[in-house]
Amino acid sequence: MSLAELYPGLEMGRATRDAYGEALRELGEAHDDIVVLDADLAKSTRSWKFGEKFPERFVNVGIQEANMVGMAGGLALSGKVPFISSFACFVILKGFDQLRMAVAYPGTNVKISGSHGGVSVGEDGVSQQASEDVALACALPGMVVCVPSDERLALAAVRAAYRHRGPVYIRTGRAPAPLVYDREPEDFAFGRAMRVRDGEDVTVIANGMLVGAAIVAGERLAADGISVRVVDMHTVKPIDVEEVQRAAEETGAIVAAEEHLYSGGLGAAVAQAASRTHPVPMEYVSLGDTYAESGTAEDLLEKYGLTADGVVAAVRRALARKGAHGPAGGGTTTAAAPAAAAGRSASAVG
Amino acid sequence: MGFSGSIQVSTATATTRASAETLEELRARANTHRRHVIDMLAIAGSGHPGGSLSAAEIVTALYFGGFLRHDPERPDWPDRDRFILSKGHGVPIQYAALAEAGYFPVDELRTLRQVDSRLQGHPVAGTAPGIEASTGSLGQGLSIGLGMAMAARLDGADRRVFVLLGDGECQEGQVWEAALSAGHQRPVDLVAIVDFNKFQLDGAIEDILGLSPLARKWEAMGWEVREIDGHDMSEVVEGLAWAVERAGPACLVAHTVKGHGVSFMAGDNHWHGVAPSAEERARAVAELEANGEGFRGTGEEVWP
Repeated sequence: MSLAELYPGLEMGRATRDAYGEALRELGEAHDDIVVLDADLAKSTRSWKFGEKFPERFVNVGIQEANMVGMAGGLALSGKVPFISSFACFVILKGFDQLRMAVAYPGTNVKISGSHGGVSVGEDGVSQQASEDVALACALPGMVVCVPSDERLALAAVRAAYRHRGPVYIRTGRAPAPLVYDREPEDFAFGRAMRVRDGEDVTVIANGMLVGAAIVAGERLAADGISVRVVDMHTVKPIDVEEVQRAAEETGAIVAAEEHLYSGGLGAAVAQAASRTHPVPMEYVSLGDTYAESGTAEDLLEKYGLTADGVVAAVRRALARKGAHGPAGGGTTTAAAPAAAAGRSASAVG
Repeated sequence: MGFSGSIQVSTATATTRASAETLEELRARANTHRRHVIDMLAIAGSGHPGGSLSAAEIVTALYFGGFLRHDPERPDWPDRDRFILSKGHGVPIQYAALAEAGYFPVDELRTLRQVDSRLQGHPVAGTAPGIEASTGSLGQGLSIGLGMAMAARLDGADRRVFVLLGDGECQEGQVWEAALSAGHQRPVDLVAIVDFNKFQLDGAIEDILGLSPLARKWEAMGWEVREIDGHDMSEVVEGLAWAVERAGPACLVAHTVKGHGVSFMAGDNHWHGVAPSAEERARAVAELEANGEGFRGTGEEVWP
């Protein structure tokens, strides 16, 4: 099986990390306050795209994630806009206390790119596969945490990171990602979810590679007469509370899907948002509470259920619970009228 | 009691580095700052006297010896020099110097460590004016200082960055990441000062995790290094003058005594993190008054 076979009907794009390098290079052209640091993974994180063009504003600090985060804090405290990158597991986990003291606590204007998020890193194995990074980043007060679904949304996210004043964490992936958008979303904003498929029976709230999987799952379930809404919740923090609550109110069941541990990531954030006003049956697609292993990206995504099949199964579980407790008693009905996705899915394909 | 001698308005509002005080004046100021430390810790009922007192001459020389270009009226002035107290638990001595320099009223020192105070138990950027970085989790200040020094280089500005580290802090790996990095990035206008008071919380440095030969370790990382007596004001001033003339980075290993200036605290590691009682406070202040250096400061009678 190839990676593309996991996403039938969707065109494969580049990896989201490629968009990081491209956006950074463009931003560097217009903004000379941008300084880019990397910890000896510039070719992999794609920050080298900036480095080769603006060598005077690029520092490869060597294999020193903690020092890199601290330096970024100092640069930001002196008026620069540092973008720092490494693999997600290294910059977030090895730099965590530094992210707390030099970034989150003082609220410095530091942008963090963690590439190689999730199991789709593949063959290199668990030491390189970030599975806790979103939970940790979300635990830092004031940190914006974004997991782009495709290269086009990633471009918009990196540009938004520059415009945002304060710390931002963007998690990118190593593997090519299926295209969700037909062009860079113009109305992108942190904290404003993108509804990429409309539906009324259940909502799949996903980010990263799981958005493509959810779109495929929606197509598959449509054949069974199940109407699936898909929301690209690219920003885990601050989460789009209103969009989550609309999903709960209007579709009555939610599946949260992410390439991350069950704890502390998108699923937890969605559950918190829904439970405040519209608690509904929720199911989860995640790595669970375990570590993965070596293997190809597609084999790992499949083995750990982070695919359209995994989403379909979770949707059926959620609908069964909704049916058991809901007023209509049927798995495919909904109490609320579907909301128009006006203005939200304009640039979405699928 | 009180501030005696030639009290005059501080020259701290100057925005050049030319406003150096004489050695005699600096010694009297260090004495004043020590007295503030004793008083504010006694009122707070907690804090770290040992490592605050060992850094008194160093911090005093930086603010009043003409080494820091700063303006208490404009703590956010972009062209100011930066001082980062990486050994954040020593912050009472910095608060004392900042208050005397005019960043906030001396009277505010009595709010140290209390709820709603700007004077947090460890330094917090953006809280008390004049605090440049949030520290207290040891090992981090030098990286932040290096980032600031690199920003100055990118700007083509002559801003200096000074970072004061603890000796125990030099057991942290991040210090050596930053030291290696700064040595590689030279020239950077960065001065590290190690307050080498020979003790850490649990005991003697050499018993727990020895640092010797400390100066050679910094040299090996690409720094120019000098060792000084951190309580001899003339050596401190000469050392800082030497350090800022280096292409950078430069390091001063300052040999100090934890608790220096108060006889019953000096060299006794009990005083790492214990505040003086009312009686101990009175004894300490009496000693500082009697020690011949005199006091030099705002002259405010702030302590009960």
